[in-house]
Amino acid sequence: MAILVIKDLTKRFGGLQALSKINLEIEKGSIHSIIGPNGAGKTTLFNCITGFYVPDEGDIIFDGRNIAGLPTDQIVRCGIARTYQNIRLFKNMTAIENILVGMHPHLRSGIIGGILRDPRTRKEEQEALQEARRLLQLVNLQGRGDTLAKNLPYGEQRRLEIARALASRPKLLLLDEPTAGMNPKETLEMMNFIRNLRNTLGITIVLIEHQMRMVMGISERITVLDFGEKIAEGTPKEIQSNPRVIEAYLGRGAASGLGVQAQPAA
Amino acid sequence: MVCPPFLLSLRKIWRSALIGGGVALLLALVGMVETFHSRSVINNVVSVGQVLFLFPVWYATYVSLRQMSEERKKVMIASFTAGIAGSLPLVLLLLIGAGINLRAMFVNASPALYKILTFGQNLWPGVLVLIVVNVLVTLTAGLLLQLSSRWQRALIQGFLWLFIAGLMRDLILTVTNRWGPLAGVVQFFFAANGLTPLGAVLLLAIVIGLAFWPRRQAESQPANSRARWIVLGSIALILLFLPQILGPFFSEILDNVMMYILMGLGLNIVVGYAGLLDLGYVAFFAIGAYTMGILTSPELNAHPLTYWQALPFAMVIAMISGVILGLPVLKLRGDYLAIVTLGFGEIVRLLVLSDWLRPWLGGTQGIQLIAQPKIGNLTLQSQVQLYYLFLAWVVVVVFIAWRLKDSRLGRSWMALREDEDVARAMGINHVTTKLLAFATGALFSGISGTIFAAKLTSVYPHSMNFLVSINVLALLILGGMGSIPGVFVGALVLIGAPELLREFAEYRYLVYGALLVAMMLYRPEGLWPEERRKLELHEEEFVESTSVAAETE
Amino acid sequence: MLRTRLRGVTFTDIVVWLIGLIIFVGMIWGSIATIRLGKYSASTWTDLIVTGLALGGVYALIALGYTLVYGILRMINFAHSEVFMSGAFTATFAATGLMNIGWWDRMPILSLLIVLAVAALVSATVAFLVERIAYRPLRNAPRLVPLITAIGASFFLQYTFRGLYGSGLKGYPEMAIFKGEVVFFGIRFFKTQLVVIIGAILMMLILYSIVQYTKIGKAMRAVSEDKDTAALMGIDVDRTISTTFVLGGASAGIAGILYLILFPVAHFFMGFIPGLKAFTSAVLGGIGNVPGAFLGGIILGLLESVGPSLFLDGLGIPAAYQLKDAIAFTVLVFILIFRPSGILGERLTETKA
Repeated sequence: MAILVIKDLTKRFGGLQALSKINLEIEKGSIHSIIGPNGAGKTTLFNCITGFYVPDEGDIIFDGRNIAGLPTDQIVRCGIARTYQNIRLFKNMTAIENILVGMHPHLRSGIIGGILRDPRTRKEEQEALQEARRLLQLVNLQGRGDTLAKNLPYGEQRRLEIARALASRPKLLLLDEPTAGMNPKETLEMMNFIRNLRNTLGITIVLIEHQMRMVMGISERITVLDFGEKIAEGTPKEIQSNPRVIEAYLGRGAASGLGVQAQPAA
Repeated sequence: MVCPPFLLSLRKIWRSALIGGGVALLLALVGMVETFHSRSVINNVVSVGQVLFLFPVWYATYVSLRQMSEERKKVMIASFTAGIAGSLPLVLLLLIGAGINLRAMFVNASPALYKILTFGQNLWPGVLVLIVVNVLVTLTAGLLLQLSSRWQRALIQGFLWLFIAGLMRDLILTVTNRWGPLAGVVQFFFAANGLTPLGAVLLLAIVIGLAFWPRRQAESQPANSRARWIVLGSIALILLFLPQILGPFFSEILDNVMMYILMGLGLNIVVGYAGLLDLGYVAFFAIGAYTMGILTSPELNAHPLTYWQALPFAMVIAMISGVILGLPVLKLRGDYLAIVTLGFGEIVRLLVLSDWLRPWLGGTQGIQLIAQPKIGNLTLQSQVQLYYLFLAWVVVVVFIAWRLKDSRLGRSWMALREDEDVARAMGINHVTTKLLAFATGALFSGISGTIFAAKLTSVYPHSMNFLVSINVLALLILGGMGSIPGVFVGALVLIGAPELLREFAEYRYLVYGALLVAMMLYRPEGLWPEERRKLELHEEEFVESTSVAAETE
Repeated sequence: MLRTRLRGVTFTDIVVWLIGLIIFVGMIWGSIATIRLGKYSASTWTDLIVTGLALGGVYALIALGYTLVYGILRMINFAHSEVFMSGAFTATFAATGLMNIGWWDRMPILSLLIVLAVAALVSATVAFLVERIAYRPLRNAPRLVPLITAIGASFFLQYTFRGLYGSGLKGYPEMAIFKGEVVFFGIRFFKTQLVVIIGAILMMLILYSIVQYTKIGKAMRAVSEDKDTAALMGIDVDRTISTTFVLGGASAGIAGILYLILFPVAHFFMGFIPGLKAFTSAVLGGIGNVPGAFLGGIILGLLESVGPSLFLDGLGIPAAYQLKDAIAFTVLVFILIFRPSGILGERLTETKA
């Protein structure tokens, strides 16, 4: 069953066609990767889904509801969360506070509760804190919760961003280049981590990735974009041997078994 | 031609010293040297004015010498020559000023100034003396660098305290004179103006001695809440009895400080928590004051209300105006937000000042005969009584600000400040969150305005100008944006200091301006930076809070 | 498509639009009422228009500094109003000195050139120093920091000059050749206004050519587009930025003289309000855009001059001239809320993620 259906999505910036009639379906509970050369429109796609951009044409149906053009704060309430290509944490807040912000849609207390700290507010904060601690543990950051986000090392920042995204209890998680800047060992850990997430929490995960190792090793389905168009879609095996994909990455004439070697799924 | 490295570093030192001399020249021409000359650090030995024109050269030389890694002899040569270089700007002033009447343009280039710069001598001996003094000063910088860094720190601290003591003589004596035996001890240190030479030496010795006192290992903050409550309790006690401790003269100053603390706490929420730079902040102060005025003054009102009756109206109207200001600027960021709020503030000021609205707002005359708060039969009108009113409000407002800081709303504000787009993507409704920030900030400022109005029993549009907004902003920057204790620090220093040092009042905004720039360049987090509460580890395992400050470097 | 665009409109947007509409309608109503009343003759209107043009020329020249700096550093140089003041104030002393030695009346052109040079030099130097000391070290700091620094620099300069030159008013001497009026095509000009208008146009043309056609102008435009790429192309970014400040400063200094010709009193606070209005002009015309600064300046000058009589009077507001500054600030607020890119500005696409 498809949790996210994208129909004829188009986005233009002045004269530039960033996305042209993209059609895409994400299966519920799957791990789906979006790949493509730089400038293909991958992050633009994420931005349209999450409400940062309003698409010019097309529909985005999530869980049966058309969310195209909705503002960002409503998207998260529908159950979609994301991380960002160049890590956008709240730098001067601590790790655990970042996660607590992520929980915003599920908390109720307002200004009066904040000032008075009545029992209901206190209970809510306590529970939120517990859950935040659990999330810290989940991403292996327990004990680091009180460090300012800007003082965390790169890898931990990436994990924190994921924890923050998970805090909103999403049904669909969009990860934008989660392994950027990581060495092979860290990439492998991230791979396992993501797979675990899906297995234990049952959420659907869509990845933008450049590391083929990761993409081939973890995806159940891959969509390839180039110059704003979808040029291929299928299982990792199918994509590896797809000449158009190879051409997009390596140039014309490179399509002759020069495919990318996939790592055996760990 | 390749310059030997020593010559290269010499040139750098000379350049620094010259810049220091330039600063000294500026201080002289602006008039600070002359004005401050009447205040001594050490009676009949060294005046504040003299420190002002000698310190920049010293500092420049010290800092640039520190980067030199040469042997002792070369350092001394460098410091010697630096003194000559540093004295040049002032020497030039003296030489030119002797021939041409600079006063037509530079109003402070007066014979009185020249006399100070030449240490009372005639022109040629004076110039020589000036150069010699400069050289002596820079030589001390060179000498200082030969000592161990511990001694350096101790000596610098010692002289710093000497300077502060001389500067604060009046305040110290006025306070201690009320306390019998203490008065006698303290008076030993001071002369009619500044410290006595003997007192200075003694003070220096004490501070240096303390600097060398064997330091106990920096302990973790006492984890138990009991110790914290004791500290808080004693602070509360001191605050409660401050007017008694300091006397009536200072109560007036305290009132002003409190007024700015209230405003600062409000702006702290708008700028510090939510990151919205509101330069028109004084408008809310004005609105609070004017509402109080309109409702309680028989001038404009057939049925004037009392302070307490008018207060809720003033509060509500202040909050509403916060929302009105906030609505149009919701999508503006940074620079544009600042300018628009500045524009709003000015529009409000012009409207209040205008003849068009005179029938309702009093025009340039303002409003008189504003009611003062009454509790039972007691009218709160003296400085001391109003201090307690201010104190009560400050306690309430601090409580609200402190509670909000660690609440869901506070986190939303901070998230908006850090990254608005991502915060909104987390589900934070930027409209309500921002409007709440504006409303709360406006509320605090409005409350401050009502007390101001009641205290003066009148309001004038001239006291509601852009400068007030800048005052509040400056104290926030100094203390640390987002930090509640920082507001207190900032207010005490920036509002208290000009009151305590009359000479300073004239140069107040010059110093503010320089301070803002300096703070942004060297310590943008403020003097008492915002501290994030430790939430993951339990309160009992509270880790040394200084580690946070260290991490923010 | 309409559906998705309407999705973004919120309740607050509607409220703001409503308020804007009310003010706009008020303006129109007032204008109609005034014209119907026929209170002012045609020659009064032309007087006001000419005044507005002269004023606008001054604003345009000052606006140039704001627009160039914003284009290149994306920051509002709050201290620019003091850059303007420093040149104007210092030049007043030069002018007085020239008057005292008799050159002012005997050799007016030379005196004027000297005074212009002094103003431009001082303003340019101040602008250069501010950039070097206060802005350059903070180029990569978060947005709030350079803004606060600029405010601090502005205050520092104001009060430094107050300390140097005193807190009093200093009169700018009248120049004999500028006394009196001329009439062109039936329109009356004061000679001072004519000089200012011509001077402003001349300066605009010169500055526009510099920015468009010279190598350094091209460098400036390149750095405003993309600092890093410009650096990769071999452009010395630091030097280009300094030049931008110097250019903006010099034009502000010259604007200072023109301003003094119109309002011959100098004091340390003279920069604050004209600075804000010049900034308004820059934004009105489209910030980052040289012709925009010119256009914005003229429009604002006209609005300020003609406005009080045209719409405020018609609405029955007494002593409307008191509110002329309020008109300028209202324009500022309006533009920033409804069309921040200004008249000639490009719609900036927001890259949010």
